[in-house]
Amino acid sequence: MSTNKPYKNIPGTTVFDADMASIGFHLNQFCMSLMKAPNRERFKQDQKAYLDEWPMSEEQKQAVIARDYNHMMSLGGNIYFLAKIFSSDGISFQDAASTMTGMTLPEYAQMMLDGGRTPQGNMYQGDK
Amino acid sequence: MAKITSGVATSHVPAIGAAIDNGKTQEPYWQPLFKGYDYVKEWIKQQKPDVVILVYNDHASAFDLNFVPTFAIGCGAEFKPADEGWGPRPVPNVIGHPQLASHIAQSVIQDDFDLTVVNTIDVDHGLTVPLSLMYGQPEAWPCKVIPVAVNVVLYPAPSGRRCYNLGKAIRKAVESFDEDLNVQIWGTGGMSHQLQGPRAGLINKEFDNDFLDRIVDDAEGLSQMPHFDYLNQAGSEGIELVMWLIMRGALNDKVDVKQRFYHVPASNTAVGHLVLENK
Repeated sequence: MSTNKPYKNIPGTTVFDADMASIGFHLNQFCMSLMKAPNRERFKQDQKAYLDEWPMSEEQKQAVIARDYNHMMSLGGNIYFLAKIFSSDGISFQDAASTMTGMTLPEYAQMMLDGGRTPQGNMYQGDK
Repeated sequence: MAKITSGVATSHVPAIGAAIDNGKTQEPYWQPLFKGYDYVKEWIKQQKPDVVILVYNDHASAFDLNFVPTFAIGCGAEFKPADEGWGPRPVPNVIGHPQLASHIAQSVIQDDFDLTVVNTIDVDHGLTVPLSLMYGQPEAWPCKVIPVAVNVVLYPAPSGRRCYNLGKAIRKAVESFDEDLNVQIWGTGGMSHQLQGPRAGLINKEFDNDFLDRIVDDAEGLSQMPHFDYLNQAGSEGIELVMWLIMRGALNDKVDVKQRFYHVPASNTAVGHLVLENK
């Protein structure tokens, strides 16, 4: 029997379940290391060298260097772990979120001021 | 005897903490949000809780992927603000209540709720932003705090039903503690928000306002809502709202709503806030 995952049908959304956590274990643990200031410094000085200290896939490392958050999530990254990367970059949660939506930062910020992305057309309507 | 007298629900958006820490609360973006908390700031000065049981979630600050407890209770004497990647928030250390916390753990574990006991834990914005919203910027927090951390990061979070019933078990535990203590319980997180993927920025005002209605008058029914509905309708991070049900379960079936506030946006998030007193 396979695990039932109705949430895979929700548009534009990656749910961080145990399978994703397994794929992303080292990526996420690398992110955790950035909570210590000396590690942040070393990462900033030579990102590739720092990433090579972790048993991550080359694709995961390249996604980090490209700051491609959607790609990182598809490779098992979780947003609260990935937040350590953009926090180290001095980037806010809103700026980072906007990069995942295909919108510019001002467009995204305006959408939020206007009440956010509407649920209409953005929810799964079928059978669970 | 110790007694839970009231409950507070609030979002715990990190940007709210940053606005407080950087003196931006009166800026046009933030002013309407903070106005919604004027009531509770005065209310809590009158109420003077001795202890707050603060239900929150850790955001990959204290718990990495090595350990993911579904429910954890902080039984330590003191908790430091976590460094979440930009240095710890400039807020006082949080003082615990080890005796009451251990008593709650002992009681609820024997009541079938297997909380993980944690003595050392740095507390992140999920716990410190609600304290800042209620108390502002004091030299020391005026109450003791028992952190109750709920996993909502690694799917699945505990069910709403489980959370609601844990609240009831916590209430029973508090009421069997000998010391005279005025105890509050706070449920934090939410409301609708999604921080990730192409659907980031999702806000569902209808869902949120329905949730605010039902947690007062139909908490039992609300506790039956499946995870899929939270994720689909309130965004992937809207699942945090199950934590409000722990707060609600610890209160009487009938409560007075002393304050209700809803505001969009704070950064990526819809902010909801309730002050509930036992009838």
